[in-house]
Amino acid sequence: MSASIRKIAVWVEETHTEMGRPIVPPTRKAVAVAVIANPFAGRYVEDLTPLIDIGAELGALLGERCVRALGIEPAQAQSYGKAAMVGEGGELEHAAALLHPKMGAPLRVAVEKGAALVPSSKKMGGPGQDLDVPLGHKDAAYVRSHFDGIEVRLNDAPRAGEIMVAVAVTDSGRPLPRVGGLAHDQAIGKDGLR
Amino acid sequence: MPEVHIRKIATQIEEIFHEFGPLPERPLLRGAIIAVIANPFAGGYVADIAPFMEDLKPLGLSMARRLLADLGGDPARIEGYGKGAIIGTAGELEHGALWHAPGGYSMREVLGAPKAIVPSTKKVGAAGARLDVPITHINASYVRSHFDSIEVGLNDAPRANELAFVLAMTTGPRVHNRSLGLAADAITGEDGLR
Repeated sequence: MSASIRKIAVWVEETHTEMGRPIVPPTRKAVAVAVIANPFAGRYVEDLTPLIDIGAELGALLGERCVRALGIEPAQAQSYGKAAMVGEGGELEHAAALLHPKMGAPLRVAVEKGAALVPSSKKMGGPGQDLDVPLGHKDAAYVRSHFDGIEVRLNDAPRAGEIMVAVAVTDSGRPLPRVGGLAHDQAIGKDGLR
Repeated sequence: MPEVHIRKIATQIEEIFHEFGPLPERPLLRGAIIAVIANPFAGGYVADIAPFMEDLKPLGLSMARRLLADLGGDPARIEGYGKGAIIGTAGELEHGALWHAPGGYSMREVLGAPKAIVPSTKKVGAAGARLDVPITHINASYVRSHFDSIEVGLNDAPRANELAFVLAMTTGPRVHNRSLGLAADAITGEDGLR
């Protein structure tokens, strides 16, 4: 089964100054959302394989949309994250099926490499509700400057029979990182942690 | 007059495939761009604010160009537009009105001088406030199929001393428009109304 997509939305945020200090180059975050029909809305279905496969499809599609919106080469991506919000006719497990088994591999192709766990969040929710997508460094989860998040929201989704699926990609960390920890240029990026 | 200090630029593009009805020939694109800038008049009453409109023109132009590029780059594809402003809480509603001239000018400049007034809305709001930016047809305000709106907002803007200025464009009518009225192919497009 492939995803029945009602809409795709892409946001890009650039921060040029923060607290009066210029950010050069500006930090940039992109997040792409697909609103899909939930094939299992309104009933309990044991086997979630179709949603797992849709997760793979959306990992590639949304990852590529983010990279394109940032206008970067895949290798220039620095952090990523994913999240899903399930409309009221579904169940939280549907988000898990989309996000966890198969979304990561094609997303990692879209951002080249991606040794680190893709941070994620999930919830049930309705149209107009916020979904906060966590962000972490794509190759070394302990890079402290890149712990962040980005909020998405669509006034008309997800409806009861829908799921909103989000992937976020950045080419930078927070605007003014200064709480220490592992830095981007010190990361080895082999074990996904440091 | 004061310089324009940009803290942040954000874009959002929605690609709408359907809304539970027949698929359109091409998905509808709806886009918005938001610039968050310092409000040079925040904190007190300033009588003479009008000259700032001239300073805002280059910002407007760069926003309109970027939004058009994000929507595919072809001015002939843009059929609807709108604009808006959210004024941070240390400012006043009148500061939002400074966007009328430069916002409208900039879109007309990049879209080949369309005839219809650019619909607009404005309000004072805190960070996270949402603004429903009205959309109408670019050449004839009475075209019913193109009455629409786009919700925009940023969780971290506008701060009290900031202004968030918005431009919005669409590539066509509501996806399943069927509420009659003046049709886009029936306009004369001379007076901006019909």
